[in-house]
Amino acid sequence: MRALDAVSLTIPEGRLVSLIGPSGCGKSTLFNIIAGLLRPTTGDVIAGGNSVVGRPGYVAYMLQKGLLLPWRTIIDNIILGAEVRGVPKKESIARAQPLIERYGLAGFEQHYPHELSGGMRQRASLLRTMLCDRDVVLLDEPFGALDAQTRLLMQSWLLQVWSDLGKTILFVTHDIDEAIYLSDEIYVFTARPGRIKAHINVALPRPRGQDAVTSTAFVELKRQLLGLLNDEARIAERQESLQ
Amino acid sequence: MSDPDAMSDPNLIAADDDDAAERRIRRCAAIWRWALAVGIILGWEILTRVKIIDPYYFSSPSTIVKTAYVAATQGTLFVDIGYTSASTIVGFIIGVVGGALIGLSTWWSSVYGRVSEPYLVTFNAIPKLALAPILIILFGIGFESKVALAVALTIVPAAMAAYGGVRSVDKDLETLLFSLGASRFQVFAKVVVPWAMPWIVSSLRVNIGLALAGAIVGEFIASQAGVGRMILYAGQVMDINLVWVGVVVLSILALVMYAAVMTAERYLLKGMLHGSQLGT
Repeated sequence: MRALDAVSLTIPEGRLVSLIGPSGCGKSTLFNIIAGLLRPTTGDVIAGGNSVVGRPGYVAYMLQKGLLLPWRTIIDNIILGAEVRGVPKKESIARAQPLIERYGLAGFEQHYPHELSGGMRQRASLLRTMLCDRDVVLLDEPFGALDAQTRLLMQSWLLQVWSDLGKTILFVTHDIDEAIYLSDEIYVFTARPGRIKAHINVALPRPRGQDAVTSTAFVELKRQLLGLLNDEARIAERQESLQ
Repeated sequence: MSDPDAMSDPNLIAADDDDAAERRIRRCAAIWRWALAVGIILGWEILTRVKIIDPYYFSSPSTIVKTAYVAATQGTLFVDIGYTSASTIVGFIIGVVGGALIGLSTWWSSVYGRVSEPYLVTFNAIPKLALAPILIILFGIGFESKVALAVALTIVPAAMAAYGGVRSVDKDLETLLFSLGASRFQVFAKVVVPWAMPWIVSSLRVNIGLALAGAIVGEFIASQAGVGRMILYAGQVMDINLVWVGVVVLSILALVMYAAVMTAERYLLKGMLHGSQLGT
């Protein structure tokens, strides 16, 4: 089964780029390829001039579910990436500490994941992803499972982390508002096999407050994206019912 | 209206009531437990004294204590207890660690895992005590053969438990570690082993009992020390009181080891009690 067709993306350094498309359009497959977990049948992933196909660990990748190791405390979960690379524990805790405080996890370092709220768990796994010391970060629907209120908080939190740490972020989402609110650029994918249907620049000024979502420019972008996605959603639905 | 605090937080009061009820139930159960134990011992003593139960076969608590005292001061009761405990514990540890390693090793190759499964199941179904004569011939009548029997009884349940744990490992957690650039060994050490730990630990309680049974059967067949040998010897000379001492001592030994295993469980499972179900 073909998950992806000819797809070519160029992501400039330091940008926040969203991929949006109907479910099953191969966005997660694309992420797994970029993360080096899957080898594409054909094609290449170039980062900083070198091919990184099939080389996991080059980018930081936050999987859909967030995933904390349930038997580790929050702090031990957050430093997991550093631990895997063999950074001494003291050193990575010292590095993580200011961020933990800054991002509302202070006092919960020694707690286990099941003792935290969904939003806090998500922040913890996001922090772990950010602390991986990678220039490129892939986020696969990181806020999909959260309620609307928490989601809004997490979005502004992400923007803050992003401007603090200056990473390049690739972001998969189903949510048009989220894509516009967060991104510099948006790629719209077609139904399976996934192709790029449109590439949209989001020219809204930063920093964006919560009221950005009611501006005329925002609403205009939203109308455009809704139009693009509607057809694809219908095709995706038909594919699903044929299976 | 006279008590504004009570009005403002009815939940707190309900919780207090629940706590109190819980405490009452716990106290009541504790009283009954002890009362039952005292009742059984007293009943045993009285019924054997008035000869409703034949004291020749069933001894009596007071005679057992007296016989135990004699066995401890003039005999070798403590040496026997030490011998049986040592072979049980050594066999238990070798069996559980060895079994866990076998079960965990199946993670490294799914083909190997699938090949070994029917063998584990078959070996699990064999009554391992039937191997006792062979093990005694192989390892002699000393300490080693008792350990070998305890190992034979515990290793397969431990391996099966670990294998079950390995098979259920959350693939997403493996992917997460790989995405962080972890090596296969790191994934094994940081995800697979902790994940399978509750499975392995759940086999410990059964295994401590099996290890004790293995050690005692070994002593029954051929041995120069141990509580099992003491019981066998006492039976042969019709010293039924001493048999009872052996039975009581073994019961206490089993209880102590069980309690130790439960403590070990709590330590090993620290923080992973909600593991598989709740992990985000």
